[in-house]
Amino acid sequence: MRQMSRRNFLRALSAGGAATALAACGTLPDSRKAKAQVVVIGGGSGGATAAKYLKRFEPSLRVVLIEPNARYFTCYGSNWYLGGLTGMEDLEQTYGALRDRHGVEIIHDTVTAIDRDTRTVHLAGGEQLNYQKLVVSPGIDFRYDTVEGYSRAVAEEIPHAWKAGPQTVTLRRQLEAMPDGGVFAMVVPGNPFRCPPGPYERAGMVAHYFKHHKPRSKIIILDNKEAFSKQGLFMDGWKQLYGDMIEWVPSSQGGQVERMDPATRTVYSDGGLTRFRADVLNFIPPQMAGSIAREAGLADATGWCPVNQLNFQSAMDPDIFVIGDACIAGQMPKSGHSANTQGKTAAAAIVRAMADQDMLALSTVNTCYSLVGPDYGISIAAVYRYTNGEITGVPGSGGVSPADAGPNFRRQEARYTQGWYDSITADIWG
Amino acid sequence: MKLTLTCKTSRVLVLALAAMGFSQTAMAEISRGALMATTCYACHGTDGHSAGSIPSIYGYPPEIMIAQMKAFRDGTRPATVMDRHATGYTDEEIKLIAEYLSTLR
Repeated sequence: MRQMSRRNFLRALSAGGAATALAACGTLPDSRKAKAQVVVIGGGSGGATAAKYLKRFEPSLRVVLIEPNARYFTCYGSNWYLGGLTGMEDLEQTYGALRDRHGVEIIHDTVTAIDRDTRTVHLAGGEQLNYQKLVVSPGIDFRYDTVEGYSRAVAEEIPHAWKAGPQTVTLRRQLEAMPDGGVFAMVVPGNPFRCPPGPYERAGMVAHYFKHHKPRSKIIILDNKEAFSKQGLFMDGWKQLYGDMIEWVPSSQGGQVERMDPATRTVYSDGGLTRFRADVLNFIPPQMAGSIAREAGLADATGWCPVNQLNFQSAMDPDIFVIGDACIAGQMPKSGHSANTQGKTAAAAIVRAMADQDMLALSTVNTCYSLVGPDYGISIAAVYRYTNGEITGVPGSGGVSPADAGPNFRRQEARYTQGWYDSITADIWG
Repeated sequence: MKLTLTCKTSRVLVLALAAMGFSQTAMAEISRGALMATTCYACHGTDGHSAGSIPSIYGYPPEIMIAQMKAFRDGTRPATVMDRHATGYTDEEIKLIAEYLSTLR
């Protein structure tokens, strides 16, 4: 009954006659339970978008969003805070508009388990919620076991700052306390990871802060790969704005960190032959889907969640949709913009499925803006289409900002970087 | 007897659907244009109403929106990023999105 679409429900009624009708009647004593219900786990870019757009597409749907925090800080924009361009309060999002303007029920609690057999979500506070359809948008968890000497406890002192919040503030304070002439080292994971251009925007933003406050300092990026997003544009911009302050070390040149000594903030690569000592160390660990998705059996051996890339339905469970950084979405990057798009797609797919309509293949865009400096913005864009079972970029579209653009173009894209932030956060939480 | 039951059945059906949370409006299909337009909202704002420095796109006459998108696509209209987007859309997709955006107020 719970899984029945309306058309099937009608069919069952007409075929089974009175008996079916009475049976249906028997399932409805508790009106709260009987209502069509979608539960959304996670109030980040994916989950909050899904909840809002479910209500926009189908206002009569009962939608419950579960998010532990009453205040959410976007990861995008947190590099601008590290560079001194914005305050943490500028990155803060809340859930009042989702509740009051859009009619989403908000529960601030932590999901302890998803019982897929009974379609029940268990909360730390003891509450249990039944669902017809479940949207899982848990974001990322960190792999603490890939580098010797690193651990969850070490991350308190050597911040990743790859989820915005206290970690971001810790990193900023360490940068402020660092003497002029010090070394800021970043350790960057291989693909895939959250926000592919993020580490390189961070390097530029910290360089901006150093340029004005500690100009003799150095930034070293130890990278676990040989190339990165918008590489040419970033390196060109760094040179123009910061001279030789930023050094990028690819994995083949010693960038692949294998061991760490947290006490001295030293990292080792090439079997211990290469060593870097930092005054401030930002270790961004490799990542995987958030634990609730993995514990519910929604992830595969990669640690990420396979989905039907047409509608984001889990490959493991037809009543569950996995969106955002946690899912495997073909060529789409793990970005806030992708999560926003996926939230809308999953919401539309759920509402259409409930009306017994197949999902349409949609063309969607992703644009990732990054700041190299306050007046120097660059972007990478793509149009994605679902074809032959996979999301791929439309040939001939997308790409990065032109390499030969002048300062006006860079300034305009810096303006649009903030404009993108203002619009997307309003589209998600507003 | 049979007639009464049929009558009851339809009443139960109506009640059951209402209780399940489906309204009549749910029957209206979300159009392809409306769905595709949602991707524009990330930068241009929900329903095309920008919250910041990126231009709003609601309420344009469709022929103007179509002409601008095609000009972005063939490079005759200068752009920062819209040229890179417009090249990913077919004539039909541009038309559907433009027509939907024109209905927004």
